[in-house]
Amino acid sequence: MAAVWRFALVLCVLLMVSSRTTLGGEARSEDDHSTETSTGSEHGTSTSADSGADHGTNSSSGHGTGTGAGSGTDSHGDSHGDSHGEHGHGEPITTLPIVSWKWHHVTTPYLVALWVLVSWLCKLIIEANHHVTSVIPESALLICFGFILGGIIWGADKVQTFTLTPTVFFFYLLPQIILDAGYFMPNKLFFSNMGAILTYAVIGTCWNAATVGLSLWGCHMGGAMGDLDIGLLQYLLFGSLIAAVDPVAVIAVFEEVHVNEVLFIMVFGESLLNDGVTVVLFNVFDAFVSLGGAQIDAVEIIKGIISFFVVAFGGSLVGFVFGLLISLLTRCTKNIQIIEPGFIFVLGYLSYLTAEMLSLSAILSIVFCGMCCQKYINANMDEKSVTTVRYAMKVFANGSETIIFVFLGISAIDKALWVWNTGFILLTLLFIFVYRFIGVFFLTWILNKFRLVPLEIIDQVIMSYGGLRGAVAYGLAMMLDESKIKEKNLMVCTTLIVVYFTVIIQGITMKPLVTWLKVKRAGISELTLIEKVQNKVFDHMLVAIEDISGQIGHNYMRDKWKNFEEKWMSGLLMKPSARKNRDYLFNVFHQLNLKDAVSYVTEGERRGSLEFIRNETAFVDFKKKFGDDFSEVMPDVTADTSGDHVPVSSILRDNVPSVSLEMHELDMKGMRETEDVNSHHLLQQHLYKGRKQHRHRYSRSHFEVNKDENEVQEIFQRTMRNRLESFKSAKMGIAPPKTISKHQKKDQQQKMPNGKSMDKSKSHPFGDEDFEFSEGDSASGGEASGGSYPMRVTYRAGAGIENPAFMPDLDPMAPMQIPPWLAEAAVDSDTVAPSQRAQLSLPWTPSNLRRLAPLRISTHSTDSFVMADSPAIQEGSDRRPPPPPPPQGGGSHM
Amino acid sequence: MKISPAHIIRLYDRFEFLDKEGSGQLRLEDFAEVKELAMNPIGDRIIGAFFSPGQETVDFPSFVRILAHFRPTDKNRAKDSTQPEPVNSRTSKLKFAFQLYDQDRDGKISRAELLQVLREMLGMQVTEEQLESIADRAIQEADLDRDDAISFEEFRKSLEKVNIEHKMSIRFLR
Repeated sequence: MAAVWRFALVLCVLLMVSSRTTLGGEARSEDDHSTETSTGSEHGTSTSADSGADHGTNSSSGHGTGTGAGSGTDSHGDSHGDSHGEHGHGEPITTLPIVSWKWHHVTTPYLVALWVLVSWLCKLIIEANHHVTSVIPESALLICFGFILGGIIWGADKVQTFTLTPTVFFFYLLPQIILDAGYFMPNKLFFSNMGAILTYAVIGTCWNAATVGLSLWGCHMGGAMGDLDIGLLQYLLFGSLIAAVDPVAVIAVFEEVHVNEVLFIMVFGESLLNDGVTVVLFNVFDAFVSLGGAQIDAVEIIKGIISFFVVAFGGSLVGFVFGLLISLLTRCTKNIQIIEPGFIFVLGYLSYLTAEMLSLSAILSIVFCGMCCQKYINANMDEKSVTTVRYAMKVFANGSETIIFVFLGISAIDKALWVWNTGFILLTLLFIFVYRFIGVFFLTWILNKFRLVPLEIIDQVIMSYGGLRGAVAYGLAMMLDESKIKEKNLMVCTTLIVVYFTVIIQGITMKPLVTWLKVKRAGISELTLIEKVQNKVFDHMLVAIEDISGQIGHNYMRDKWKNFEEKWMSGLLMKPSARKNRDYLFNVFHQLNLKDAVSYVTEGERRGSLEFIRNETAFVDFKKKFGDDFSEVMPDVTADTSGDHVPVSSILRDNVPSVSLEMHELDMKGMRETEDVNSHHLLQQHLYKGRKQHRHRYSRSHFEVNKDENEVQEIFQRTMRNRLESFKSAKMGIAPPKTISKHQKKDQQQKMPNGKSMDKSKSHPFGDEDFEFSEGDSASGGEASGGSYPMRVTYRAGAGIENPAFMPDLDPMAPMQIPPWLAEAAVDSDTVAPSQRAQLSLPWTPSNLRRLAPLRISTHSTDSFVMADSPAIQEGSDRRPPPPPPPQGGGSHM
Repeated sequence: MKISPAHIIRLYDRFEFLDKEGSGQLRLEDFAEVKELAMNPIGDRIIGAFFSPGQETVDFPSFVRILAHFRPTDKNRAKDSTQPEPVNSRTSKLKFAFQLYDQDRDGKISRAELLQVLREMLGMQVTEEQLESIADRAIQEADLDRDDAISFEEFRKSLEKVNIEHKMSIRFLR
């Protein structure tokens, strides 16, 4: 079954590729019939496509793809078309062509898109079957697919028209992969192992380059490879390009084996940084080769070493600067939220190019750029933008990784490339393997003297074995200048074999090896708050102990850095509002809450939708409050959608993400009779929402601005409530006093005397984080829509009064939401600053509250006794100064 | 394997440096002299951990004994049950961490105690009610017997997956 499925997909791929040709053929004949001029332009097509051959990968001539895919059947026609001379562009048209065949117009982008599609389809096919990928890593399979595709092309073309060129690789495929690696780098882990990683990356790579080069040269001198025109410097150059472990290959393989995080960061960090190192080494040796052996003296060598450091550190610095720039920019992109994720990509790419322009290490630059900005942009940007960045990053990185592997395979099928020299190739393989082991073991031996947690032998074996070479080596090999290095093809060929050997053979054996050696795997750890709290305590504890014992260890350094960072960098680079809530623990907490909320919803959906929505009385009330906000933001829309013409199903669908349940199962029983009223109310409440979304869909720059934030917030609130309820039913209304003071402050800041923020902060005492957003939004919305008060008011009044039957429903839950003193405060604020809206909204609010007030006080006072003393005390103090016009304030409005 | 003589000497130097009066005993004020410690949010607790209950001073042996909690755990150590549990074992490390929370030494981390620690660590960054809900959640996660407090056993269980040996070790004491 699976085989059939895969075969079908292969056919699809081939069809995709070949469809262009057949289409071309048809169009061509049509053109021939219809107009005379179009033939001319069509000839231009193929020639221009051919002349574009130096564009690299995607530049191949039109006939290349066509014949390759069509298995040679129509190669005749194509080559025929090809043989026409270059004319036709300048010919005047005699009549208006209705449609014309403009292949030349789109050749390059078309081929690019087509190849991207083909590569991704390869991945799709591979991933369709998990049995295979669990044994053979995806990268190896992609290369094999590349072989097949390359074989088809070559079989049809007799020449390899598509190869991976250095330009395409370094400029268009590599940056996003490295940026992704930098952006997702676990910074703490990376920096606490920084010393080891740098040692491996710098010393290890130099060691590999030098020893491989020298040993090959030695063997050459000894006559092991026959007659080759390669000097010592060329050998060193070759050694330097083959020395680096490739991040792309390493990630691809190690992602699937899940080794423990220290081991992973070692291999991964090394592979990232040593790419920078190897490019630098390569450039230095390349320059040496150009200079020629005679020109090189001590001065040149010292210059080489200096340039090595300048290039490496300069590159990192450029990346750092760009990282700060991104962070600064994201501080002020609030109003162009929709494109703010784009900045990260553009600036990241610019940092790569800038470093390249200054002949600094571009790879290091973009790595550090990603690493520097991650914290700040994640804090500064909206949650949605962050998600966008994450996903887009993965799309780009994974996509180009796929393309790279496929093209590594395709590139191999090229007769011109293959120069076989058994001695050279086998010795290279052997030396790479052996020196990698020696290097890693030696360096680890030294490092272990200084490490708190020594790397074990098994880890070292995996590290050595994980020395996969990849596309960077190939790219560099392709950059060799044939005029200077006579045996370029041999080197490219050897590099390819090394890549295939390491990626395929070592890649396949890695997993069994890891299992066999019982390497410590990464624990699948559940995120728990207590653990995070404890980790934080550990950090502080270690710092304190180092302080007491007077040692300057790396805990001490980290603490110093953290203080500095907090004081200066965060202040400069982070939005003030983001700083407030960026505490790590709090974020973990927030994430856990969101996760819970999602699972509640899923659970609810599983049980059937209406059932749980209907009984969420409290949240309906909650919703109503948001309804106010909505109506403020979009008064016109909400006003004209009060008619019932949205189908129930869509409402339910809309509602799903914002509703949680489970907790209220028990309440359901007694509420059957109110169901109808309830659902009617639900309908009404959701109407404006559906419409609003609809409207937003047409906006390019805003998208569901109101809906989402409130929804997220709502989920958050609900989870909070549910959780609290679940383990401590008595603690419902904790900590309202804080909220009071808080929101009062906010009110002043906002200068919006409609008591709205009051409503909100009151109704959900937890999770102020999300508040910040919605508050700002609705505030601005309210200001903007200042002119349309009356409409909103009508709507509101309708919502409150038209459904009087609904109001009793609010009662059971209201106690949870509005404690009496808060109610007083709310009323108070209304009287203090009565706006038209506030007055109109009063008729229903205070009545409810008043009815409930006695009950509330009693529940709450017991709560406060049960609870920790501090909040209780605060409550007391807050309650003591009663608002000047006590409950009667509300009464007067009734 | 005990702390090497070289380490003892180094620690003794430090001890003498801290001991401004030269009395051979460290007092609370001596610890307060360490400037960085004042910035540490839970610095007071850690200083407190050096003093056994009821005592005003700490002498050199106890000073070293406390620090010995932070020696890396020796993996190759033969597990003979005859010897008393080494002070740098996982359990003693955990006990040390536990008593940082458990200020009233009743063997349980109550909600108030946890809240106190959280307040110290998170400080101004989060509001009180957020702190409380964090504390509630943390307790809920660890609290197995639903008594609204974390006993040592529960504490240990909740941190089962954490590599305490690494997280509570300092390199120089190796």
